[in-house]
Amino acid sequence: MATTQTNPVFDRIKQDISQNDVVLYMKGTPVFPQCGFSAAVVQVLSQLGVKFKGVDVLTDPSLRQGVKDFSQWPTIPQLYVKGEFVGGCDIVREMYSSGELQEMLKSKGVQGGQG
Amino acid sequence: MRVADRIRSKLEAAFSPVRLSVIDDSERHKGHAGHRPEGETHFNVEIVSAAFAGLGRVERQRKVYAALAEELAGPVHALSVAARTPEEDRA
Repeated sequence: MATTQTNPVFDRIKQDISQNDVVLYMKGTPVFPQCGFSAAVVQVLSQLGVKFKGVDVLTDPSLRQGVKDFSQWPTIPQLYVKGEFVGGCDIVREMYSSGELQEMLKSKGVQGGQG
Repeated sequence: MRVADRIRSKLEAAFSPVRLSVIDDSERHKGHAGHRPEGETHFNVEIVSAAFAGLGRVERQRKVYAALAEELAGPVHALSVAARTPEEDRA
């Protein structure tokens, strides 16, 4: 998606999303989210029993901007599953309530996701 | 022009929606990060347009974000988007 290969933040993101099945770029931590939208996605993932890596963008301004550029998505939170960008809070909530998120996690062989 | 009106006119120009609602949700986020005392920081957008046909959720929302890039870079802290086609809206 993003074409710049020399950005160290991009390298970090690529590493994160390739080494972890589910990665959530968020404000705050899964235990102490600093934003209602991040908290909402954490809640969905927790309810589904999905193990995920939460990355707090507030601790690193270059990551906060970098992940927006990498995903071509101007807001946080951002959810990645198996290296693929799924969406932000609206999309995750929508997919959860329609059952698509559970389907997608299952089809990608992610642990949990059975609700 | 108020931010809500700017959002409305830009979305109308970009998507010729058959239905559009722009709701200022800032009050509900009072005291949260990004909230300003004068409001107009958090918006809920519901937009129905044929322009979204054949596009996935991510692409639809990207298009909406792109149309509002200036606002998102400025006063708007959060934008919740529901983008549907007229067919989906009737369903």
